[in-house]
Amino acid sequence: MSDLRGSVAVVGVGLTAFGDLPGRSARENMAEAAFHALADAGISKNEVDGLFTSNFPDTFPCLHLAEYLGIHPRVMDDSNIGGSVYVSQLQHAALAIEAGLCDVALIAMGSNTRSKLKQTGVVDAPREFFKYADEYKPKAPMNAYALAAARHMHQYGTTREHLAEVAVAARRWAQLNPRAMRREPLSIAEVMDAKMVCDPLSVLDCCLIADAGAAVVLVSAERARALAEKPIYLLGVGVATSHSNIAQMPDLTTTAAVESSKRAYAMAGIRPQDVDVVEVYDAFTINTILFMEDLGFCPKGEGGHFVANGNIGPGGTLPVNTNGGGLSCVHPGMYGLMLIVECVEQLRGTTGDRQVPNAEVALCNGNGGYLSSQVTAIFGTESTL
Amino acid sequence: MTFQQFFDEQGPDQHFAAFLAAGQFKLQFCSACERHVFYPRLACPHCGAAGLDWVAASGEGVVYSTSVPRAKDGNYNISLVDLVEGPRMMTRVVDIEPEQVRIGMKVQAFIGELEGETLVLFRPAQEDADE
Repeated sequence: MSDLRGSVAVVGVGLTAFGDLPGRSARENMAEAAFHALADAGISKNEVDGLFTSNFPDTFPCLHLAEYLGIHPRVMDDSNIGGSVYVSQLQHAALAIEAGLCDVALIAMGSNTRSKLKQTGVVDAPREFFKYADEYKPKAPMNAYALAAARHMHQYGTTREHLAEVAVAARRWAQLNPRAMRREPLSIAEVMDAKMVCDPLSVLDCCLIADAGAAVVLVSAERARALAEKPIYLLGVGVATSHSNIAQMPDLTTTAAVESSKRAYAMAGIRPQDVDVVEVYDAFTINTILFMEDLGFCPKGEGGHFVANGNIGPGGTLPVNTNGGGLSCVHPGMYGLMLIVECVEQLRGTTGDRQVPNAEVALCNGNGGYLSSQVTAIFGTESTL
Repeated sequence: MTFQQFFDEQGPDQHFAAFLAAGQFKLQFCSACERHVFYPRLACPHCGAAGLDWVAASGEGVVYSTSVPRAKDGNYNISLVDLVEGPRMMTRVVDIEPEQVRIGMKVQAFIGELEGETLVLFRPAQEDADE
């Protein structure tokens, strides 16, 4: 086990409303979430000396956010490995706090990708043009996931019905979450009969597009005990990548979450069977199936069967994506920070109707690019230290 | 340290494009680890050796995965093809309905055009087309 295990804790989380926020800029959503998280932590913005953020449209997001908040951090990180980046920033923040380079780390994101799409017809996306893929005009980003789904179906007999199970489980959790964007009932048949966007994926296999902001505040475990009623400790975090472009992914049925989770489990001294609640980056339904396998919750190839019969929904054997996920709760372009917030709120026991009883260990897995980066983080309550 | 120049005026991307413009589909070959490389690189992504050689691609491949993006002006095919030499590439399999492309199907490369760009496309190999 690493020295980093339990060395830092989340003491504040903040969210904006989700959905259509046409009167606000991305930066305003980010700032609102940041101030909510700081208020939740009981820390002044002037104490933030470690700043972590990332997004697609901005070139200098850390500088913009620092200026906007009126702070002068001494550690700054706006790296980008896709939507998993905020989970990887837990690793960077823990290292910086443990090394004494900063005391209060703020990780924040904000997006207005839904209103921008409505106003301009353009979705926020990475700007790089990679000729060996993009000249063929794949439908980005879902095409990469459609290829992974097709291969998983071919290799393991996974069906469109299995994919639909993921969407329905997410919706059933969302129905328990007042913040979630999509709460009307959803059936397996409705997902399978929905408009196809990139076979084998229908529009209901794809995540939402939302305006939203999210933020978390981390401090040392020592300071956390003095500050917070219930600090949520970072027990482990692991980062991995297997490729950038989908054609370079060695095996489309196995993600680098195998490695990232192995690293996180080793740091945390936790096994999959110890995990009470799981949040995975479900940009598309195939993601959840791949991650159930790669995070060790079922053997390779059995993800489709594992999610069947409502097994990951409310009342199933493993609570997965309890906020409703990117599929039914919110997806602001880069979703990873929402995973962290839901882990923390579940471990605090503050999630109301969707609360997983006696949750002590929560795991999240962020995904970035085209299944390209995987970052696993494991959180625990005081009892897990 | 000694300085080894990897290339002169044109990088591997430009060499590849020039070969394509001349009607040739070429891969790189690493003589150090004896593996083919695609897309074009300055150094071998397997062993790190520089000085990759250009070799003619056989054009033979097998569909590793396939998908059908739906578009207002018609559906099309996006596939990943495993070349017999080893590398995998994104492409379109054409001369067949996009939904009819199957994983495991043998395909043959040809140089075609898409919206004004010259690029490597695939069509079902003769033995598959005859079935």
